[in-house]
Amino acid sequence: MNPLEAVRLALNTIRTQKLKSAFTLMGVCIGVMFLIAVVSIVNGMGVYLKDDLVGKLIAINSFEVRHRPNINMGDTDAETWREYQRRKRLRDYEVPAIVEVLPAGTRYAVTADASLSMSSRYGGGPRSVRVTGVEGAFFDIKSLEVTEGRLFAPQEYVMGTPVVIIGPDVVERLFPNLNPIDREVRIAGLPYTVVGVAESQGSAFGMSFDNVAYVPLQAPARRLLNTEQSMIDAVIVQSPSEAEMTEAMENVRQVMRMQHQLRPAQKDDFSLQTADSALEFWNKLQGYLVLAGVALPAFGLVVGAIVIMNIMLVAVAERTSEIGLRKALGARRRDVLAQFIVESSTLGAVGAVAGVALGVLLALLMRTVTPLPTVVAPWSVALGVLVGAGVGIVSGVYPASRAAKLDPITALRQE
Amino acid sequence: MSNTIDDIGISTTGERQAVVATPGATPDQDWVIVARGLKREYDMGGEIVRALRGVDLAIRKNEYVAIMGPSGSGKSTLMNLIGCLDSPNGGEYWLNGMLVSAMSDDQLARVRNKEIGFVFQTFNLLPRATALQNVELPLVYAGIPADERKRRATEALDSVQLGPRLHHRPNELSGGQRQRVAIARALVNRPSILLADEPTGNLDSTTSQEIMRVFEELSRQGQTVVMVTHEPDIAAHARRVVVLRDGIVESDERRERFVDRVGIQHATTKVAHD
Ligand SMILES: Nc1ncnc2c1ncn2[C@@H]1O[C@H](COP(=O)(O)OP(=O)(O)OP(=O)(O)O)[C@@H](O)[C@H]1O
Ligand SMILES: [Mg+2]
Repeated sequence: MNPLEAVRLALNTIRTQKLKSAFTLMGVCIGVMFLIAVVSIVNGMGVYLKDDLVGKLIAINSFEVRHRPNINMGDTDAETWREYQRRKRLRDYEVPAIVEVLPAGTRYAVTADASLSMSSRYGGGPRSVRVTGVEGAFFDIKSLEVTEGRLFAPQEYVMGTPVVIIGPDVVERLFPNLNPIDREVRIAGLPYTVVGVAESQGSAFGMSFDNVAYVPLQAPARRLLNTEQSMIDAVIVQSPSEAEMTEAMENVRQVMRMQHQLRPAQKDDFSLQTADSALEFWNKLQGYLVLAGVALPAFGLVVGAIVIMNIMLVAVAERTSEIGLRKALGARRRDVLAQFIVESSTLGAVGAVAGVALGVLLALLMRTVTPLPTVVAPWSVALGVLVGAGVGIVSGVYPASRAAKLDPITALRQE
Repeated sequence: MSNTIDDIGISTTGERQAVVATPGATPDQDWVIVARGLKREYDMGGEIVRALRGVDLAIRKNEYVAIMGPSGSGKSTLMNLIGCLDSPNGGEYWLNGMLVSAMSDDQLARVRNKEIGFVFQTFNLLPRATALQNVELPLVYAGIPADERKRRATEALDSVQLGPRLHHRPNELSGGQRQRVAIARALVNRPSILLADEPTGNLDSTTSQEIMRVFEELSRQGQTVVMVTHEPDIAAHARRVVVLRDGIVESDERRERFVDRVGIQHATTKVAHD
């Protein structure tokens, strides 16, 4: 009997025994569905973190020189943390040496930030806002634009003029139903003039990126941003390409080590944070999550396999006289073996396809009703179908070999 | 066994005795079945049941043989051996010059597919398959492509007057029609023997006669037929009757002698075509 014939026979049997087949399919179907769904959640979180969260915090082909990383996804142990605490802060007088070694075409910005209270005479009480003092190509690197007003003029950076660009949340809170441009706000009590409203940067995990304000680094609030006037939080460097970024990073690393007078054996006492380094922990975590996402449904698939095996055993018992007849008419052992294995693996594969469909549906449903941006991983679909068919084959082997070994005479006699 | 020359026009007692008397010798091509001292014993937990105790039987091409005997005499056991569903514990079984008693399981399956057409008392059709699909089954295992299968199965069903019932399922057919589907299935692969175990056992007498007419027609066309029955008037349709008792051949004679001996009154009217 050729394989196509076996598949046709299997589909026929499945069609004529709809209810039993449906039950058999269920185990595999549910297992595969959860596999697809769980992997799509993990995958979606990864895409979310990369594109939406870290992508917003760290611009493309850029790195940030900091005394310690500011994006921590939880893998810092106590020892590392203590070492971070001991590190020297970055100082503004270290910046010129850094700028000097940057390759041509590289942009940079210097920032210092703190949460300060802001208030206006138009809105509610003082509000805590993330205030960042910026200098250099900050708005270019972040591709941050204003929806109202303007960015800072060059002389405002130089003079440290008390002007401010505020985020949408701050506008809403301090200037309800008012155009904030040219009006006064107070940052930690100091008067500033609003010159622009920054475009919305959205939110991640319910945390808004719009409760922000930007001032020229040299503006009066500077002394409030850090305990010492010369302290800065980051130098942000952006290169035109990844290769140039790597080169710039290497140059900056050498300069920083020189300025900190590190010996070759000593480790860096500063950090060069890239999108990749920020995601390092996530990548590690994702591995575990995917493993869990595969292991849990796998358990369901084992249950599914046992169900299929039992139903196939019942099918063999019920169809004993059919098997006897087929043997009398010339079916060899391997024909009977093939018939039942193909039947169970077709069941498994059909269950897997149904599971894939349901899993994709579940992922789409979650995307629309929950904030989880699920993304179905193509490999999980392939794995699901393969595993489903595999479960079918494995659970069919024993019942099929029982069927193949039946003695035709005894089998025929059974009614 | 009767020792007189018993000529049924195809084989004589002398010829049959000669061919079974030489163990190991390959019979001529026109001997379809040659069994020499065939034994089949069942071990029932220490107690040996001797179902066949040395059966000698030779059947030529185009013979129409009925096997009779009381219940438990070994008829079905012999049929299973002749049909290659079972292997003997002793003796030889030659089918078309092949020594079947030495074959493996897969070889036996091959021989069943090519050489044997089975007709069972309980029809044994697949209930969910149509008449056509049931008849195609042996061709599936013979590896015949689908379109040729369909053509040959349709022909076989036509030849048993079931042309208009190709797509009916067994439960939509009468008992006689079901048995004719089974006969079509038995014949579709052009076997060298048609083997029937109590083919009329589940049919009323009118339908039984109808099936017997099909068998007679097949025999007239040259088909070798071996049929087990315990009804003498069914056996009387064959041209030769073998009677088993306690696992050996008790008598092996032409139909007329059998009819005379057991005294079937109404049988002669039904065999008028001779
Ligand atoms: N599988 C088996 N195991 C044990 N004994 C068996 C088996 N098959 C048959 N026998 C025994 O062998 C003997 C012959 O049985 P068989 O079925 O060949 O008889 P039969 O002539 O076909 O009878 P019936 O007319 O009742 O069908 C009986 O005694 C039976 O009990
Ligand atoms: Mg019997």
